[in-house]
Amino acid sequence: MGRAPNGEVFPLSATDTDSPVVVDDARNAVVARFSSVLGDAVVDSFVKPGDDVWIRVRADSWRRAGEVARELGFAYFDFLSAIDWMPSPFGRGEDDPTEPAPERDMTIRQGYAGGETRMQVLARVVDPTTSLGVNLKVDVADDAPVIDSWVSVYAGANWHEREAWEMFGIRFAGHPDLRNMYLPTDFEGHPLRKDFPLLARIVKPWPGIVDVEPMPGGGSDDEAGE
Amino acid sequence: MTMLTDRQQLSYIAAQAADARVNLELETEGMTLNIGPQHPATHGTLRIIARLDGEQVVWAEPSCGYMHRGYEKLTEVRTFPQVTALVNRIDWLGSFANEVPFILAAEKLMGIEAPARAQHIRTILFELSRIANVSLFLGDLGVQLGAITPVFMAFRDREYVLNLIEGATGGRFHPNFDRIGGLKDDLPAGWIDETRTVMKKLRRFCDEIEDLLFGNEIFQSRTRGIGVIPRDVAMQYGLSGANLRASGVDWDLRRDQSLPMAWNKADWKVWTHNDGDSFARCWVRLQEVRESTKIVDQLIETIPAGPVMTKVPRIIKVPEGEAWVATENPLGEMGYYVVSKGDLGPFRVKIRSASFNNMSITPWLLKGVYVPDIITILASLYFILGDIDR
Amino acid sequence: MSMVSVLAVDLPYWAQSLLRVLGGLVAVLLPAGTIVYVFLFKMMSFMQSRLGPMEAGPYGSMQLFAEVGKWLQKEDIYPERADKFIFKLAPLIVLASTFLLVAVVPFGPDAWFTNFEAGIFYALAVSSVSVLGILIAGWASANKYSLLGGLRAAGQLIAYELPMVLAVIGVVIQAGSMNLQDIVLSQNAGSIFGWDGLGNPYVLTQFVGFVVFMIAVQAELTQAPFDMPIAESELVSGYMTEYSGFRFLIFFIGEFATAGVFAMIASILFLGGWGVPFAWFGWTDMDSVDNWMNIVGPLILFTKMMLVVFVVMWVRFSYPRFREDQLQRFAWKVLIPISLVNIMVTAILKVAF
Repeated sequence: MGRAPNGEVFPLSATDTDSPVVVDDARNAVVARFSSVLGDAVVDSFVKPGDDVWIRVRADSWRRAGEVARELGFAYFDFLSAIDWMPSPFGRGEDDPTEPAPERDMTIRQGYAGGETRMQVLARVVDPTTSLGVNLKVDVADDAPVIDSWVSVYAGANWHEREAWEMFGIRFAGHPDLRNMYLPTDFEGHPLRKDFPLLARIVKPWPGIVDVEPMPGGGSDDEAGE
Repeated sequence: MTMLTDRQQLSYIAAQAADARVNLELETEGMTLNIGPQHPATHGTLRIIARLDGEQVVWAEPSCGYMHRGYEKLTEVRTFPQVTALVNRIDWLGSFANEVPFILAAEKLMGIEAPARAQHIRTILFELSRIANVSLFLGDLGVQLGAITPVFMAFRDREYVLNLIEGATGGRFHPNFDRIGGLKDDLPAGWIDETRTVMKKLRRFCDEIEDLLFGNEIFQSRTRGIGVIPRDVAMQYGLSGANLRASGVDWDLRRDQSLPMAWNKADWKVWTHNDGDSFARCWVRLQEVRESTKIVDQLIETIPAGPVMTKVPRIIKVPEGEAWVATENPLGEMGYYVVSKGDLGPFRVKIRSASFNNMSITPWLLKGVYVPDIITILASLYFILGDIDR
Repeated sequence: MSMVSVLAVDLPYWAQSLLRVLGGLVAVLLPAGTIVYVFLFKMMSFMQSRLGPMEAGPYGSMQLFAEVGKWLQKEDIYPERADKFIFKLAPLIVLASTFLLVAVVPFGPDAWFTNFEAGIFYALAVSSVSVLGILIAGWASANKYSLLGGLRAAGQLIAYELPMVLAVIGVVIQAGSMNLQDIVLSQNAGSIFGWDGLGNPYVLTQFVGFVVFMIAVQAELTQAPFDMPIAESELVSGYMTEYSGFRFLIFFIGEFATAGVFAMIASILFLGGWGVPFAWFGWTDMDSVDNWMNIVGPLILFTKMMLVVFVVMWVRFSYPRFREDQLQRFAWKVLIPISLVNIMVTAILKVAF
């Protein structure tokens, strides 16, 4: 069972049923308000009682979702970024280069509020009067990763969208000046995508292959530690 | 508390208008000036490209990335405990504060809470890192404006705080002390008495700085009315920390969130200012340091007994899920969005650093200011390069 | 030169000139060195709760020589696109104005280099030569920061010339002469309402003029709070950015030597210069002053100069800097009106009494 910061408990998985389920009215109300304004543009949502709320909207109403959020009182722009749900083909960068690459499970499993594509844009806006925040997610099409820009809704999204473009390759339609944030202009590739390897591990293999001794106890999970 | 008068605002605007008239009449070509990346004023390798018309800025654009270390990519190949050591180095002046939100996010996903003693000590160390960070800001503020003496006082008094942090954690700048489930160690003997003395010294330092710097007429004329950020613009850009509170927004994540930390066990005040100019930002930070010393004073008297670490498995695997935790760091709101797939390490960590948002307002803010005011505004916004560039 | 007649030896002309050159060098470099050590190394450090240089020599007294040696042995580089001749000339112009300025400072009743009738007029005129040096340093460095620093310096130094001149006019009216020896004489031989225990130092009667002059001197030396041209946190070093090694040494010496010489002029104009009140020794005019005053006079002037520089440096280490437009506004809208009023009042009182 998970315990929320304010003391309430919530289930960590659907099969975890031997505890009382808590209802979070404020966050449920947020979902309800979004759904009432956006209608079926709200594809999915997830409320973690006492913790947070996630709402996934349809790709063509991404900007509208931002405007709705601002109208509903979420005036504070926290951040905008993206998540690449594909498991990394390089694993954790600990492969031994002399051995053949191991088989890895490459199924894409999205997180809270579901998803249908490999990449999702994630944004968070907060209502400063109540400190209630909402995480908005949107699917980005795999073949043509373009999504509307939020610059006209929240001016601060400018830099965040530039960073998302640079790191993930997601284009933002309507952004006034979409260019690289950190990397040089002629950099090729999008580093935070999972199929872009961590170059440090390519150049030099992870020293832990030979240096680190195996974990004591054979890696049993429930050994108590101090 | 003195506020910006209408007359002062009007006279500043009138001066700007007069200059604009002259510029129109003379029609001189603009000059592009690179401020940085090697520059005494920028806290690190920041480059600002400014197009000047005489001494006035037509547009200015920061060019970040000289210190980009690829943190978010690195976290994907680290285990959860290893990320703590990595994340210390984002805001290197108040480093303990960087570890805390990440540890809290991991603990949230695991469904555990650190014991009360650990929460208490975490909060004390968090506030100490705030004091260390912001006292350097106060000293550095003088240097940016030309007063070279306060910075030495700041460094002298900051040494006491760093000695405290080193006494408890073993590291002055990169403590790496937080662990999932609690802290690495308990406090050493005599630390609490030492902290009491140091807090008195810090309060005296704040009074000195207020006298020497804030009371100075030249300082006031350099910072009042400069770089005014209205409330709604501040919220749109996601400004946080003292920058937001100086624009009149009464929002402090320590008070307005319920996290498993001990801020609600002390009696303290959130400082705001209504002007939104550089002076307001500096003043709010000064008051926050004083308030931090009071928080530490109260908390060290009431540390509960008990263990500093709950029972966690030796090999930590955080269950699948997503969690967001943000805390009121010295620079502003720092948050971690941790996505875990039940592995040894995180699947994706989005680091929301305060200085990134604080800097994003500069293209809007620096239009039409004088070159010296660029320095004043950057100094008052207070960013750390590691925080912007991650 | 009359100092030579003091020594009662008949020297040939070349020996006299050599003596004057040496005297000039000592008069410029000794105050500069002392100011750098006492105020820059030690006083600034103590005010900032640190010790300052302690390694070179006892209590760091040899630090200045170490630094001079360091700068002298550095490579002589200059920017590729700099105008070489002007670039090399600029520091020399700044230092030359200091030497020209010290030529007119009297060190004793007979110990002076030249005794112009329009001494103070000449001094004020020649002190503006350094503005040229700074301006061309900023331009010739082929560096945008230097250019900004040079232009700011030009604006600031020209703006603060006026309050300086106007403050001095009050003294000239009161003394009735532009000759610096006469000014010293009238201060030391004079009396305040009949009491001559202190002479008549113009700092008492011309207090407003003194304050204006000190502020203008602070600005002329580009010291904080008027150090926009240097503005270390914005322009790195302003017009001095591209200078290194020997050329930077000349700028550095020039800065502190000029501080010393301006302080000497300030103490001559307002504090009584090289003299003590004549009533203490029963002197009546310049000729009756004893000859040992030629040795003690420079020491007294040196002490007064150190006091004035102490105030200048103290303000420098404490205050943040003005922005350029605030600086100009302060000069044109505050200092000049005040000094004009001062002149009026002085003239009225001079006629009335």
